[in-house]
Amino acid sequence: MSPATLFGIMAAGLIGIGLYGLIVHPGALRKLLSFNLVGAGVFLLFGVAAQRGAGAGFTGDPVPQALVITGIVVAFAASALAVALLLRLIEVEHEDDAS
Amino acid sequence: MSLLLGAFTVLAVAAGAFFFLAGTVGLLRFPDPLSRLHALTKADNLGLGLIVLGLLPQAGSVASALKLVLVWLLVQFASAAASQLIARTARAGGAPRGGPRA
Amino acid sequence: MMMVFDSALALLVLGVALLVVNANGARTAVIGFIALGLLLAVVWVRLGSVDVALTEAAIGGGATGILLLRACGRLRPSVSDTPSPGIILRIVAAALPVLLVVAIVAVVLDMPEPAPSLAAQAAAPMPELGLGNPVTAVLLAFRALDTLLEKVVLLLALLGVWSLTQDGRWGGAPPALDDGVAKGSLTLLARVLPPIGIVAGIYLVWAGADHPGGTFQGGAVLAGMWLLVMMAGLSKPPETAARWVRLALFAGPALFLAVGFAGFFIADGFLAYPPGLAKPIIVAVEAALTLSIAVIIALMVAGPAAKAPR
Repeated sequence: MSPATLFGIMAAGLIGIGLYGLIVHPGALRKLLSFNLVGAGVFLLFGVAAQRGAGAGFTGDPVPQALVITGIVVAFAASALAVALLLRLIEVEHEDDAS
Repeated sequence: MSLLLGAFTVLAVAAGAFFFLAGTVGLLRFPDPLSRLHALTKADNLGLGLIVLGLLPQAGSVASALKLVLVWLLVQFASAAASQLIARTARAGGAPRGGPRA
Repeated sequence: MMMVFDSALALLVLGVALLVVNANGARTAVIGFIALGLLLAVVWVRLGSVDVALTEAAIGGGATGILLLRACGRLRPSVSDTPSPGIILRIVAAALPVLLVVAIVAVVLDMPEPAPSLAAQAAAPMPELGLGNPVTAVLLAFRALDTLLEKVVLLLALLGVWSLTQDGRWGGAPPALDDGVAKGSLTLLARVLPPIGIVAGIYLVWAGADHPGGTFQGGAVLAGMWLLVMMAGLSKPPETAARWVRLALFAGPALFLAVGFAGFFIADGFLAYPPGLAKPIIVAVEAALTLSIAVIIALMVAGPAAKAPR
């Protein structure tokens, strides 16, 4: 089995584990973690495509690699926004409890 | 000569890997946070040090060798600071000193 | 031999992922997630994508890790430790993911041969650009529009975070990142590491033209250094309305846009670079982008303003 196939199967596993966590966890932070697992798995599938497309003297097809770099940064931005929303939600609940 | 250097690399990296293994066993088996940290930091620094030492003859150039040494120094520095923080937090949180108390 | 290593690595990744999903406390799950980020960086190296490995280690593990750990500390226990459903419901819930995994594995095992690749097309114009790293060439030359729009997405996300500011605090400083306790070793680390880290961050950007590295990786390292200094309490987060903050946020996208429009006059169109000048223009845009990325990442971790502006 080539590394690309092996890590492709691993990526599928990550997506599955993330989706499972997304379904069973009621807590928002755990859902966010699970969602990031799904994202990591999807990015890895791009990595598999990049490695299979190695050529022209490069270790991988640069186009999927560039897409994934962009993706990782945007995923971070989305997580930051989600965390901010979550913390604000807790603050609001706290204010309601206090009043 | 290259055979000798190769043998040195294999020995040193294997010894480093052994320290990592020992550190991991300590991390899993020791009873309280402070002794676990002890196992982890001692083994990590020594293990990584041995691995870097073993890789030095294979580095190819002086610049790469210096980079390897720099990596080791930075990891030691960061892990020393991090374990201090963990130890402080563990003590503030009431972790027992010197093993579990009856 | 590498097969054994790869298989062990894959099993380790899946094991840590299961830990993240099944851990009892939110903090354990987050620490597992950080470890997973570092393991995934190794996987990316094995897949031959060193640029992505650097990004994953710096942003996927590092920046996201700090963000989630801070969130953990501020969550009330009742929210993070809500009980999970029973065993039967768990088995039922596992059915859908299992189906999906089977489908994706089927796709992975039946990839088209020969594999589609744009590597040759990416390689052809690279000598003209003066770049040696194909990923940087794709990010800043062939697909520059994507990269530009991504910067706008980052700015919008930061605006989204800021928009959660409470009434009357807009433009103020985010909460302090240290908890007010003197931490000797952290202070020492925050004094000694930043000079090395800043050089490393700038080197990553500079080397990114020909070797693995680039604006995101360098920017993330710079952001990490700033966050370290703030977490040690050596400096406070700046007011979000401060002029230099706004300028730093704006510098990268603005220069990128300006270069894009200048393309109409000095080259063939939007975001086209004039022949011979591509490399200096790309390096200038990268420098400005790195500054903006570093400030955006650090301010996203710091969160919305918690104090009224002075």
